[in-house]
Amino acid sequence: MKSEHLAGPAIETAGLVKTFGDNRAVDGVDLRIEAGTVYGLLGPNGAGKTTTVRMLATLLRPDGGEAHVFGHDVVREADAVRSRVSLTGQYASVDEDLTGTENLVLLARLTGHSKKASYDRAAQLLDAFGLSDAAGRQVKNYSGGMRRRIDIAASILNTPDLLFLDEPTTGLDPRSRNQVWEIVRAVVAQGTTVLLTTQYLDEADQLASRIAVIDKGKVIAEGTKGELKASVGAGAVHVRLRDAHRRPEAERLLRQTLDADVQLEADPVALTARVGNGVANGHGASEKASRALAELAHAGITVDNFSLGQPSLDEVFLALTGSTTEQEQAKEATA
Amino acid sequence: MSTATPTTETKETGELAPVRTESLAELLVSRERPPRPNALRTSLTFGWRAMLKIKHVPEQLFDVTAFPIMMVLMYTYLFGGALAGSPSEYIQYLLPGILVMSVTMITMYTGLAVNIDIEKGVFDRFRSLPIWRPSTMVGYLLGDALRYTIASIVMLTVGLIMGFRPDGGFSGVVAGVALLIVFCFAFSWVWTMFGLLLRTEKAVMSVSMMVLFPLTFLSDIFVRPETMPGWLQAFVNNNPVTHVASAVRDLMAGSWPGEGIAWSLGWAGLFVAVFGPVTMRLYNRK
Repeated sequence: MKSEHLAGPAIETAGLVKTFGDNRAVDGVDLRIEAGTVYGLLGPNGAGKTTTVRMLATLLRPDGGEAHVFGHDVVREADAVRSRVSLTGQYASVDEDLTGTENLVLLARLTGHSKKASYDRAAQLLDAFGLSDAAGRQVKNYSGGMRRRIDIAASILNTPDLLFLDEPTTGLDPRSRNQVWEIVRAVVAQGTTVLLTTQYLDEADQLASRIAVIDKGKVIAEGTKGELKASVGAGAVHVRLRDAHRRPEAERLLRQTLDADVQLEADPVALTARVGNGVANGHGASEKASRALAELAHAGITVDNFSLGQPSLDEVFLALTGSTTEQEQAKEATA
Repeated sequence: MSTATPTTETKETGELAPVRTESLAELLVSRERPPRPNALRTSLTFGWRAMLKIKHVPEQLFDVTAFPIMMVLMYTYLFGGALAGSPSEYIQYLLPGILVMSVTMITMYTGLAVNIDIEKGVFDRFRSLPIWRPSTMVGYLLGDALRYTIASIVMLTVGLIMGFRPDGGFSGVVAGVALLIVFCFAFSWVWTMFGLLLRTEKAVMSVSMMVLFPLTFLSDIFVRPETMPGWLQAFVNNNPVTHVASAVRDLMAGSWPGEGIAWSLGWAGLFVAVFGPVTMRLYNRK
């Protein structure tokens, strides 16, 4: 049995299934997550993200398929898995009646630290998380951002080899969200593997290196961010002009040459044109874009800045889930 | 990616201090874990959690103080004159029994606490720790044992004021209370099971009442069973609460009810043996 934390994949599942009554919450999920990376599980509410994480964290027993965490079976070797992972759930996974210090000391004691070491560790963590002032307050009086912090602090009390973060920023304001991202990056920098579930595309975009898009219990797409985006279409041409008054003219030219919708940005000199209409495979997008630029130059419109951007994950997501529903509608129509 | 730079810059609210990523990084460097703590240690730690909860939410002691006082006063003065000639005579018989009844009834709060707690995220954290699985539950029961002790002290104090004079003296009373607490610790496993099994707090409450009312009233707590019809005597004489109440009464009266103690401990063992594993099975599957 290997114990080095970087040997082999951190998570490997095959045909993982969990049913609740008639509902197949997780319906044959295959994942392979390399150690030391941040993996994003992206999907809408009720897609099966939390259920998947709960099975991997040994909290739920799978009804079918297999899951291994660092080579340990999540059912047969649950304790071996538990000693390497930690979980920050969707709802605060700390005791709200206890203070910040008490919560951390409780967990430190439960994982075998001596009394003194527990209090020391709690104080250091509270300090690093900027919670020293709130150390003696009951967690139920914490703000949303503070709760998330104490929750993550509890999860890294003993540096885990694998950290599950189940929708870590749901319900947080943008500032607290950024702070949680900083913390996640710091944790990953020390070699911890992170499995992150989120419904926010920009969150997956910001943190994860690979992403699985999950919908109705199934993985509908998997890959690096670039791969996912490329699978949908070439993306968008962003143009910045020198003179704002030439914009209407530029808009017309771009629409003609690119044969695409052109969007006027709030910035009076900026335009964005969609290439490939979101579902095409994007071939020829760059040629089209350079032809458009030539047209602009020909018309004497000075372009200050130009970029051919990949589509946002938002577009990827819509394209993927949208096509799924279309297929189903088609199925229903023929049935 | 700027993992090593401090985040002091922009994002500071007035109240919330910044996250210090360098000190965080230092804390994360060590991947060593202390050796796994043993079952006793984790159980006691969960017991400590229960104490902290009492400290932070002292209102929850209401049911182990006001309720028992009410029980002693009510039943002594209600039945005392009719059943034993006077309340002060009746209390000599009643107090050990009403003590058993009250504390047995208080055990149902274990089920409620488990049921309320299980819905909260913190349970997920406990369940994902590599520790002896039953220690979470044992911790509850240890905290509850403290509550049972408080209830017993309160009731005995009220009883003494009202004229209860146990012949067994201090040691007899302590022995009686100790036996009662051991029994209740074991009996509480019934409630941990229901707390995990039933969906809502209300359901736990109604099931508890349905079990507790017959179990405590159909016993020898209020009157001696001799006056009851035969079929009822058969139930009352084999009711675990009767066994415990008689044993506690005899201990407080200064005698050594070997058979009663054996029955009480036997029942306690049976409750743990049956409901302990069922509770843990539910806990693991929840």
